[in-house]
Amino acid sequence: MTEPVNDGVTTTSGPSTLNPGRAAALHVRPTFAGLRATPADAGASSARATPPHPAAQRDPSRFAPRIAQRRLIASGFAALCLFATLIGVVVLAALLIDIFRDGAGRLSWSMLTGFPSRFADRAGIGPALAGSAWVLFLTTMLAFPLGVGTAIWLEEYAPNNRWRRLIEMNIANLAGVPSIVYGILGLALFVRVMSLGRSLMAAALTLALLILPVIIIASQEAIKAVPRTIRLGAYALGATRWETIKHQILPMALPGIMTGTILALSRAIGEAAPVILVGALGFVAFIPTSPLDQYTVLPFQIFNWVSRPQTAFHEVAAAASIVLLVLLLSMSAVAIWLRNKYTRRS
Amino acid sequence: MSEAIRNPAGPIELEARDLSVLYGETRALKYVSLSIPDRKVVAFIGPSGCGKSTLLRCFNRMNDLIPGVKIEGEALFQGRNLYGVGVDAVDVRRRIGMVFQKPNPFPKSIYDNVVFGPRINGYKGDFRELVERSLRQAALWDEVKDRLDSNALALSGGQQQRLCIARALAVEPEVLLMDEPASALDPIATQKIEDLIYELKQDYTVVIVTHSMQQAARVSDHTAFLYMGEVIEYGPTNELFTNPREERTEAYITGRFG
Repeated sequence: MTEPVNDGVTTTSGPSTLNPGRAAALHVRPTFAGLRATPADAGASSARATPPHPAAQRDPSRFAPRIAQRRLIASGFAALCLFATLIGVVVLAALLIDIFRDGAGRLSWSMLTGFPSRFADRAGIGPALAGSAWVLFLTTMLAFPLGVGTAIWLEEYAPNNRWRRLIEMNIANLAGVPSIVYGILGLALFVRVMSLGRSLMAAALTLALLILPVIIIASQEAIKAVPRTIRLGAYALGATRWETIKHQILPMALPGIMTGTILALSRAIGEAAPVILVGALGFVAFIPTSPLDQYTVLPFQIFNWVSRPQTAFHEVAAAASIVLLVLLLSMSAVAIWLRNKYTRRS
Repeated sequence: MSEAIRNPAGPIELEARDLSVLYGETRALKYVSLSIPDRKVVAFIGPSGCGKSTLLRCFNRMNDLIPGVKIEGEALFQGRNLYGVGVDAVDVRRRIGMVFQKPNPFPKSIYDNVVFGPRINGYKGDFRELVERSLRQAALWDEVKDRLDSNALALSGGQQQRLCIARALAVEPEVLLMDEPASALDPIATQKIEDLIYELKQDYTVVIVTHSMQQAARVSDHTAFLYMGEVIEYGPTNELFTNPREERTEAYITGRFG
């Protein structure tokens, strides 16, 4: 590939003031350029007397492509990325295998519905599962309307000024606050000041606060993604702002809002730290029936069993972990399904 | 510019009086005055950024939606200032419909696209009949009558734009504003839109912004040439194109700038 390559535009008759030596070389060794250049081209280029076409200044010696070396670096980087991915996958697989080996044998209907016990072989996760379901339900009821309402206000109503930017910045920061801090806040505000005590409501309020920023940000992104032309189209038909939001923007943003909300909820359902602070119990021998009842949740039940010395309890903890994992994975699956279902349509 | 050209004969539907639009400190439209006669087609032409779309959007208060915009002067609809006290932009937009540059159907069924406007505006008649009438007016009925429930996004670009016209007509406006309605369409779809505009002027006043001078010449009765936020020349289309009074108009229509 050291042969100079010419193209059809440059002709040997063209003036070449910048590189006379090269022009001479072309005279000696005419390339296929002559095959494509028509007499009209030649006439035009000489008549214009313009500087030579840039192709006439090509000089392969100015480049050092080193293709093999660059290819090697490229595949090296690909291998590095694959390695990084594999580490995550392998660790996750090891974790799953370990949990399944320990806990799969303990999975049974009586374990799912039974009450905790001093004896590991009789211990069940009934109250913890019910508590988690309650918390999931209450947290959704609290966080979803508040989060979506905030996102709508910020995106559709709030004037774009300093205050709005300040609020948005604070929301983004709140999303990064450790969950234990929310636990402390919940303990002070909901458990003590609002006298909710060790109730499901106190836990749900705390977890709602925890995931509110995530829901707001996800909903804002989903609302932002609705094209402006859709809004204009609705307004041009005489729709009010609320009618535009209700009939056009929310239906289009809903899949994104739902996806964000479900992922945020799965975070809430997996949290142990804040619920410990706001008073989840380690041993609950009843199924909670109202938001003001005492409770426990799956992550805390697992934590409680793991911290006991007997290995038999560790096996129950592993079985409970499987249940929690299945719960979380199915929530993620619903989120992914929702996202795919609606992105394919548009 | 003579008063006769500013005010064409016949009843006046829309009128701008010393109308200015400011985006922040920039005056995008400068003290524009012109009258648009009832049931005629008026075209706004001019190079990009000349203010023709801004002027168009004054007539249904779509500029209100842009943050930081300020409107001075008057825009009158049937003699009433659209920016006066007690005039609701929502009501203005129902009576003065708009079609945009890029077809923007809602991602819903064809039927739902047409009935959205009438529904929010409390239409009391038969919706099926209204849908058929609107789609017929937009010359789309025959192509979609068997699939009114299919998604509007499945239609071709030209069909989508005619659906947007049908959607605008469904709320029974008196004026139709069109912002480069064919610029995103192929020549055949463009032809259909132009034929449609010719039909529509029997019942509606049509104001069209266009980049295509051929289109302005084909569809409009009157043409306004805008440049740098001002109306340079406004008059009957055939006169403006064959015998422009202003040098800048001539330069533009002969393709020497813009």
